[in-house]
This record gives sequence, structure tokens and C-alpha cells, in this order.
Amino acid sequence: MRDLTADTMGTLEARGLLIGHNGSTLLDVPRLLLDGPGPTLILGPNGAGKSLLLRCLHGLIVPEAGRVLQDGHNLGPIQKARQAMVFQRPVLLRRTVTANLDFVLRRRRLNRPARRVRIEELLHEGGLAAKARQSARSLSGGEAQRLAILRALATEPEVLFLDEPTSALDPAATQAIEKMILRASSRGVRIVMVTHDIGQARRLAADVVMMQGGHVVEHGPADEVLQNPRSEAARRYLAGGLLI
Amino acid sequence: MQNFASEISAALLLILKGDAELWAIVLLSLRVSLLAVLISAMIGMPLGAALAVGRFRGRRAVIVLLNALMGLPPVVVGLLVYLMLSRSGPLGVLQLLYTPTAMIIAQVVLVTPIVAALTRQVVEMLAEEYSEQLRSLGVSCLASVPVLLWDARLALVTALLAGFGRAIAEVGAVIIVGGNINHVTRVMTTTIALETSKGNLALALALGAILIGIAVAVNALVSLLSLRAEQEGLSHA
Amino acid sequence: MMLMNATRSGAHVTGESGMIGTWVRAGVIALGLGAGAAQAEAPFIVVQSTTSTQNSGLLDYILPGFEAETGIEVRVVAVGTGQAIRNARNGDGDVLLVHAKAAEEEFVTEGWGVERFDVMYNDFVLIGPKSDPAGVEGGQDIVAALTAVAGAEVPFASRGDDSGTHKAEMRFWQAAGIDAGAASGDWYRETGSGMGATLNIAAGMGAYALTDRATWIAFGNKGDLEVLVEGDPRLFNQYGVILVNPERHPGVRAEAGQRFVDWLVGQDGQAAIAAYQLEGQQLFFPNAQVRP
Repeated sequence: MRDLTADTMGTLEARGLLIGHNGSTLLDVPRLLLDGPGPTLILGPNGAGKSLLLRCLHGLIVPEAGRVLQDGHNLGPIQKARQAMVFQRPVLLRRTVTANLDFVLRRRRLNRPARRVRIEELLHEGGLAAKARQSARSLSGGEAQRLAILRALATEPEVLFLDEPTSALDPAATQAIEKMILRASSRGVRIVMVTHDIGQARRLAADVVMMQGGHVVEHGPADEVLQNPRSEAARRYLAGGLLI
Repeated sequence: MQNFASEISAALLLILKGDAELWAIVLLSLRVSLLAVLISAMIGMPLGAALAVGRFRGRRAVIVLLNALMGLPPVVVGLLVYLMLSRSGPLGVLQLLYTPTAMIIAQVVLVTPIVAALTRQVVEMLAEEYSEQLRSLGVSCLASVPVLLWDARLALVTALLAGFGRAIAEVGAVIIVGGNINHVTRVMTTTIALETSKGNLALALALGAILIGIAVAVNALVSLLSLRAEQEGLSHA
Repeated sequence: MMLMNATRSGAHVTGESGMIGTWVRAGVIALGLGAGAAQAEAPFIVVQSTTSTQNSGLLDYILPGFEAETGIEVRVVAVGTGQAIRNARNGDGDVLLVHAKAAEEEFVTEGWGVERFDVMYNDFVLIGPKSDPAGVEGGQDIVAALTAVAGAEVPFASRGDDSGTHKAEMRFWQAAGIDAGAASGDWYRETGSGMGATLNIAAGMGAYALTDRATWIAFGNKGDLEVLVEGDPRLFNQYGVILVNPERHPGVRAEAGQRFVDWLVGQDGQAAIAAYQLEGQQLFFPNAQVRP
């Protein structure tokens, strides 16, 4: 079990990431280092390449050029196994809530009693204990996303990627999920999260990555980037202006 | 013709009274077709799922072929299986011709493409939804097959029932490889064919009514399952 | 599951095919399709025969006597004579019981059968609608009747399936000097089906048809049809029985098959055939040279 005051684990580094399509650049990130404590929030308008960056960092998309390093090692099966991802629309198995969690724990070869204990902990953590036997597909949007996060946490990741996990949820459901994310962060899980919501970035972020047109236009501590953006693009985005 | 209706009801009555010979025929039909569907499921489901998640050269061609094989003419299948199992054929040594096993083989040939093609369709749709999530969880392409098959289970039951419908109603193949031998390979459809050729149309229709009854029961089972699935929120929304 | 009834004891196992056979058989049994031992050991023979012997109910009537006497189960595959002969040629039967003497003799001459024996006869009849548009009713001359049917161009339903009845019908057209095939699809309708299916079609469209008397009497959907021409000596319909040659097909159950042939042409079998009646009429007339 991790020490609750542990430092955030798993430094992540992207070098020379490049993805293009039909001559235009979708992603061009010469260098990005995520090694600070606390959640990293990736902000930017639609089409800025936020989700693409997230998928590259998680190994779901292999870039045309460049590489991703975790703790100084190239992203391989061992590194990927220490990462988990939660998608904008939760993809839940057509099974019960419990079975969705059990699926991951089985893959980690936990024995039956250990799985039962862990499932109980997770359900408690996500406030889903009462729904344990229910079909995962019958959950509300907020509950479903909470289950998706619990399932990701069940893999005991060092890095947790979240791709706009609350974009379709009401404020109450959003708040519940933000609490879960902060708790995971405080346990030392590195959080890398994409959002549209500047308020959410203010609430959660330790550092902010600002993106536009496939480029990282700014990366720094949250107060600096959000209060005094250095780039024109970031300033206009935060002011609610359109970025073209 | 005027008392045709009364003839049919008389025949139905005879059947419902529990004529032992007739029920043996019904049971043989069910056994042959259920076993054929079971074996087709064991072959067709993994095959269809592999085709859904696998990426290889000629995959499209295989899918087109598989879809076309769903419409295999039963008589052609019967002839092919006959030529294989005939004493003059390559598998003649097994002495399977004119046995229920031969009928099962013919039905497996007919039903497997249906199960495989429908499985491919269902699993491919599900795989599209699951793909990123499963890769994120580190589930390999091969390991995703059982996961997808299990999660598509309700739609796959429908595929199996479609296969069963084809098997139980089929006459062209089983009459060639089974020979419609009394007490050995006589099933519902071949009995209907025989009674029709004897001109016993009322009896043939009454037997057909039982066959329809089985089909209705099968379909009722399907809608019950999908209803339950909807209630549990397990349907593919 | 007691589903597979084939005897394994009689398997002809040699060389590589035997090896493959063993493996496949093991697979079949592993799948739970194998038969229970008791059922697999029960002796049986496969008889390739014609629809007329089955549809008329004759075989259902006489076979229980043979089975009780010998303990040998008789499995009848009832198809057209042409197909029955082809199946027997492939070795997919132990005994052939059909009605096309010329083809049967050829079968024996070519070495596929051991010996041919006369078993019984009945006769063909020309049936047609009661209204009799060709005006053949009451006649005895089948060739003249067919000539009239062709002349009137009224519908005629032919088996068109190389069966014994079809072969007989073709002989009569030939004798009449009529190329009925030229009118195929017009008044001449080739059903390509068994006798029963052809009679159903004839009943449906009020067509003439040639049929063996046994099938006709047992047929349940006569509709508006009735026998119009009968009694011509050329309508004689002889049935023969042949044991498939075990030298050609070692899998043939020769001993049991021979017992069936012997029984059929012997006193018991002949008496059983003579005793079978339907609606008060005798359908088949035994005419084997009865052996002691």
C-alpha cells in the first residue's frame, strides 16, 4: 500500500512527437516533461490535439516520429501496464458493476479473497456499494464514469489519463468525480487530464498544458498559466476568445 | 377437400395424444439440430470473432465468402456430404452415411456459416466500441475474443437461434445423407416430405404445424431474452 | 447420446485411410456423438429401394416379419430407381430392390451386383382427370392413349427423374414415335420428382400421369384423378432384388444381405408380399421362382 503522502510517481516525457494527416500537422510536440506533483490539466480548444497527445502518452496511438518515456524508459508493455485511461464516454463491459472491477483484478491474477476485499474498497471509494450487483449498463452517466475511474484505479496505475471525463455530466456528478481524482492524486497517482473547462482546471490543476493547433503553447504551474499567460493564444483562450 | 380442416384437426389430435413413433421423430429432429447448432457454435463463434478483430490480407474476401455461404443450398450440401461419406468417398470407411451423425455433419456445414457471419457482425460492432478501452487495459487482440464473445452473448443467442431455425426446418440435405430411414434417420422434415409424397396432405400439414410450433417457441425465447436484456440494460444501445 | 447407429465392428480399416478414420472416429466419439455399444452391435442392412415399395406401405408391412425371424434390422432408403442404382454402385447399400429390369441386369453384368432375382410385379396405369379431355378412358392400349394425349396437347406430368416409372414412360413414348421432350414446359411437364410429388402436381393441374398401381392405390390426394387406361401387357412392372457385390465393396454386409434376398424370394417373403392388401386390393404379386 502506498503512503498517502507519497510523491507523485512516474515521470512522463514526450520527445519530438509528430503526427500529420494529409500534409497538415495534427500534433507537434518537441518536448514535454511531466514530473511535478499534483494533477496536470491539458487545456485548449477543439482540435488542439489534446486527446491525441493523451493517446500518444498512453501508447494507444503510435506517433510518426518521436517517443514517450516513463521514468526514463521507452513506453513498452511494462510501462503501459502502469498506466490507465478513462475515456470521455465510459466504455463499460456488459456485465455487473462488480464484474467490471473483477475483470481487471483477475487480469492482475489476484486470488479470490483478495479480489473480494479490493472490490469492496473500490465500490466504497466510488460510492457504488449499493449498485454492486446491478448491470453496469444501467448506471446513470455519473455513476458509469465513476465506475470507469474505479476500474482504472483497480489496475493500480502510476499514471491515470482522463479524457474530458466530466464533459457530459451535471455539476453534482462532476464534483463527485473531481473528488475521486484529487484523492487518487493525493495517493501519488500522476493525473493527466484533458478538459475544456477552465474552472475545472482552476480547481484541480497543479500544472497546466495549454495547446493550440497541435502545439503546446504553454506549460507551467497552474496559477502562472491561468493568471498570467505568457502566450497570446493562451490569453485569448482564457478570456473566452475564439482561437483560430 | 371439403373436410380438409377436420382431417387436419384429426391428425393434430393424433399427434397431441402422444403417438410414440411421432414423438421419437420430433426428439430426433431436436437432438440432431441442437447438436448441430452446438458444434456450429463451437466452430463458428471463435471463427467469426477472430474475423471481427483480426487484420490480415484477404479479410474482406473471407467475409464476403462467409456471408455468401449463409445461403448455401441444402441439397448441394447434402450432395457434398454424401460424396464424402459414401463408401466410395474419402470418409466412407467411417460408415456414417445414413446415420444421424451424417445429418448432424450436413447441418453443421449449413449452420456454421450463419453463426460465424452473424458473430462476425455482432462482435465487430462491439469491438469498435471496446477497442481502445481493452487496449488501454492491456488486453491483446487474441485475449479480447472471449471478452467480446461473452459481452455479445445476447446477440449471439439470436445468431444461434437463427442457425437452429435453419437446421430444424431443413430437408434437402438430411434426406440425402440420412436416407429418411424409419426409426433411424427419419426427422420431422423428411417425414413431412414422405407424407406429402404419399398424398397424406393433412398429416403432412399437421406435422408442419408442430414444426411451426417449435419455431414459434424458439422465437418466443428470443424475444423473451431480448426483453430481459432491455430490462437489465444489457442491450447494445 | 445414442445418435450414431453405424456399426463399428464392420468397419473396413486398411492403411492410411484407416488411420485417418480412426482419428476422425475418435473425434466424433469425443464430441459425444458416439453410439451406445449395444445399439452399435445390432446387425442391420441398408436396402436401396424405390418410393413405390415404401409409399405403398408394402415394406412397412413385410419387413417386421423378416426382422423378427432373423434379428436383422432392414433400413430402407427409398429413392427413384435411377438414384437407388447409383447409390448401390457407390457401395451405399447392401441390397437393391427396384423395378427397371434392363438397368438391373446391366448393374449385375458390370459386376456391381451378385445376381438378380425376380421378386414380384404389379402394373402401371395411366391416370388422368375424370373429364378426360384426351378421350382415352376405358382403352387398353397405352401407346394409343399417349398418342391421344399428345395429339390433344393436354397436360401430362412426367417423373423426369430416371426412375423405373420414368424409364417405362419413355419406352411408351418411343413406341408411339413421339418426342415428348420437345413439348417440355408446354403440355409435357417434367417434375423431376418422386411418384408422390408428381401425383400431387397432376392432381393440382388436372394432368395425365403414368404411375405404378401400388403407389396410386395408397395415394391419399387423388383429387379429381382416376385410372383411365390399364391392362395393356406392356404396362407390366417387374421388381427385382440384387445383392450388392462384396468383391466391389468390401463394406457390404453380404451375409445379412443374402439372408434378406433369400427370404424375399423364398416362401415366407413371397407369402408376405401376397398378403399385403390396401383398400381390399392386392398391390404386389409375388413371382419369384420359389426355391425350397
